[in-house]
Amino acid sequence: MYFDSFQAAMAMGGHGVYVWSAYGITALVIAQLVLWPSARKKRLVAELRGEQRRRAGASQETGQSDRESS
Amino acid sequence: MGAFLSVLFRRQLALGLRRPAQLLNPLLFFALVVTLFPLGLGPSTDTLSAFAPGILWIVALLANMLGVDSLFRSDFDDGSLDQLLLAEQPLYLLVFPYLLVHWLLSGVILAVVSPLFALMLSLPGEGMLVLTVTLLLGSGVMSVLGAVGAALTVGLRRGGMLIALLVAPFYVPVLIFGSAAVRAAVSGLDALPYVALLGAMLSFALALGPLAVSAGLRISADT
Amino acid sequence: MWSFFHKLGSPPWLYRISGSILRWLLPLAVLGLVVGVLWGLLYTAPDFRQGNSYRIMYIHVPAAVVALAGYYVMAIAGAINLIWRMKIADVAMLAAAPVGAALTFVALVTGAIWGKPTWGTWWVWDARITSMLILLFLYLGVIALYEAYDNKTAASRACAVLALVGTVNIPIIYKSVDWWYSLHQPASIKFTGGSTIDPSMLYPLLLCIVSFYALFTCALLANMRVAILDRERRTGWVQRLVEEGG
Repeated sequence: MYFDSFQAAMAMGGHGVYVWSAYGITALVIAQLVLWPSARKKRLVAELRGEQRRRAGASQETGQSDRESS
Repeated sequence: MGAFLSVLFRRQLALGLRRPAQLLNPLLFFALVVTLFPLGLGPSTDTLSAFAPGILWIVALLANMLGVDSLFRSDFDDGSLDQLLLAEQPLYLLVFPYLLVHWLLSGVILAVVSPLFALMLSLPGEGMLVLTVTLLLGSGVMSVLGAVGAALTVGLRRGGMLIALLVAPFYVPVLIFGSAAVRAAVSGLDALPYVALLGAMLSFALALGPLAVSAGLRISADT
Repeated sequence: MWSFFHKLGSPPWLYRISGSILRWLLPLAVLGLVVGVLWGLLYTAPDFRQGNSYRIMYIHVPAAVVALAGYYVMAIAGAINLIWRMKIADVAMLAAAPVGAALTFVALVTGAIWGKPTWGTWWVWDARITSMLILLFLYLGVIALYEAYDNKTAASRACAVLALVGTVNIPIIYKSVDWWYSLHQPASIKFTGGSTIDPSMLYPLLLCIVSFYALFTCALLANMRVAILDRERRTGWVQRLVEEGG
C-alpha cells in the first residue's frame, strides 16, 4: 500500500477530488451500461407475460361463451 | 457508357442552371456569414486577418454542408433516381455526374469568388491564390463526403440537420489542411505540401466515396 | 466451423450461449476491474511530474482504447450485415453503438478532470481529447441516423454504410488532428513525447484495459440479448421462455 492512512488515500496529495470524482463518474456509467440492458429485459419479459395472460384470458372467455351458447 | 454519362451530366447541369437563385444562395450565405464575423469579433483588421483563413474555410464548409442536402432530393421525389438505380450502367459511375455538377455549381463558384471575401476579411495577398486552390480541391472532397450523407438521408423527410451531424466529423481533415495551407502561405511558408495532401484526399474520396454513395442510394430507394 | 456460423444465425442458440457466457464473464470482468483499479489507486507510486492525478489514467486510457475498438466492432458487424444480411450482425452493430458512445463519454470526462490539475483548465484542445470528441460525434451520428429512419431494416443498413465510411476516415482524422496539434502546440505543455511507463504502473493498466474489453463484451451481449428477445417476441421459443419466467 502506497498511502499511509485512509485519509491520505482520500486526499491523494491534494488531487483526491479529481481522482475520486473521475472514478465515481466512471463507476456510474459502467453500472448503467450493465444494469440498463437487464432493466430493459425485465420490462420486456413483463410486457410479454402480460400479453400472454391477456391472450389466455381472452381464449378462456370465448371458450366459456361457446359452451353457454351450445 | 460515355454518352450516357455526358447526357446525365448535361441534364444535371441544366437543372442546376435553370434556377439562378438557387445557384446564388450559397454565395449569398457565404457573404452573409462573412459579414457576421466582424460584427462578432470586432472590426480590427489585425484580428480579422489572423482569423481569416479559418473563417473562410469554416464558412465554405458550412455552405457546402447546407447545400448538399438537395443533391439527390428532387430526383428522389420525382422518381428519376429509381430509374437510375435500374439502369444497366454501374451506379458507381452514374454518381460521378452528380458529384461533378454539385462541385462545379457550389465549390468552384465559391472558390473563384472567395478572394473577394478574403479581401473583406483583410487576408494578406499572399494567401489569395492558395485559398482559391485549396478551396477548389477541398470542396471536391466535401462534395463527395456530403453526397454520402445526402444519399443516406434522401429518403427521410427531415434530412437537413441530420446531414450536418453525419458528415461534419468527416470534414475535419479537409478543414485542418485547407486552413493550414492558407496560413502557411500568409506567413511565407511553402503551401505546396498541404495542397498535395488535399489532392491526395480528393483522389481517395473520388475512388471510395461513390461506393458509399451508391450503397446509400440503394438503401434509401428501398424504403 | 460451418456449423458454428450456422448456429450464429439461430437466435435461440445465441440467446442461450450469450447467457452462459455472461454468467461467468461479467463477474470476472468486474473482479478484474476492481483489482486493477485498487492496484492502480493504492499500490503504485505517484508520477513524479503529475503526482497522484495520473491515477486517472487507469480508467481514462482503457475507456479511450475500448471506445475506439468499439467503433471498429460496430463497423465490422455493419459490414457483415451489408454483405451477408446476417440478422445477428445487425443486432451486434446496434448494441455496440450506445456502449461505445458511453465509453467515449467516460474517456472525455475523465480526460477533462485529469486536465484540471495537470494543465490548470478543464478543457484543452489536446490532440487525443479532440480526437475523442470527434469519435463521440461519429457515434452520435450513427445513433441519430438510426433513430431518423422509420424502417429499421433500412436504418441498420444505412448505419452500416455510415460506420464503414467512418472506419475509413478515422485514421485520417486522427492523423490530421495529431498533426494539427503538433503545429499549434506551445512547447511548455509538451510532456508526452517519448515517455516510457514503468512496469509497476503498466501491469495494473493492462489489467484495467483487459477488464474494460471484457465489460464492453458483457454490455454488448446483454444489449444483444434484449434486442433478440424484442425481435423474436412472436416466436415460440420466446413465448416458452417467458412462460418459464424469463
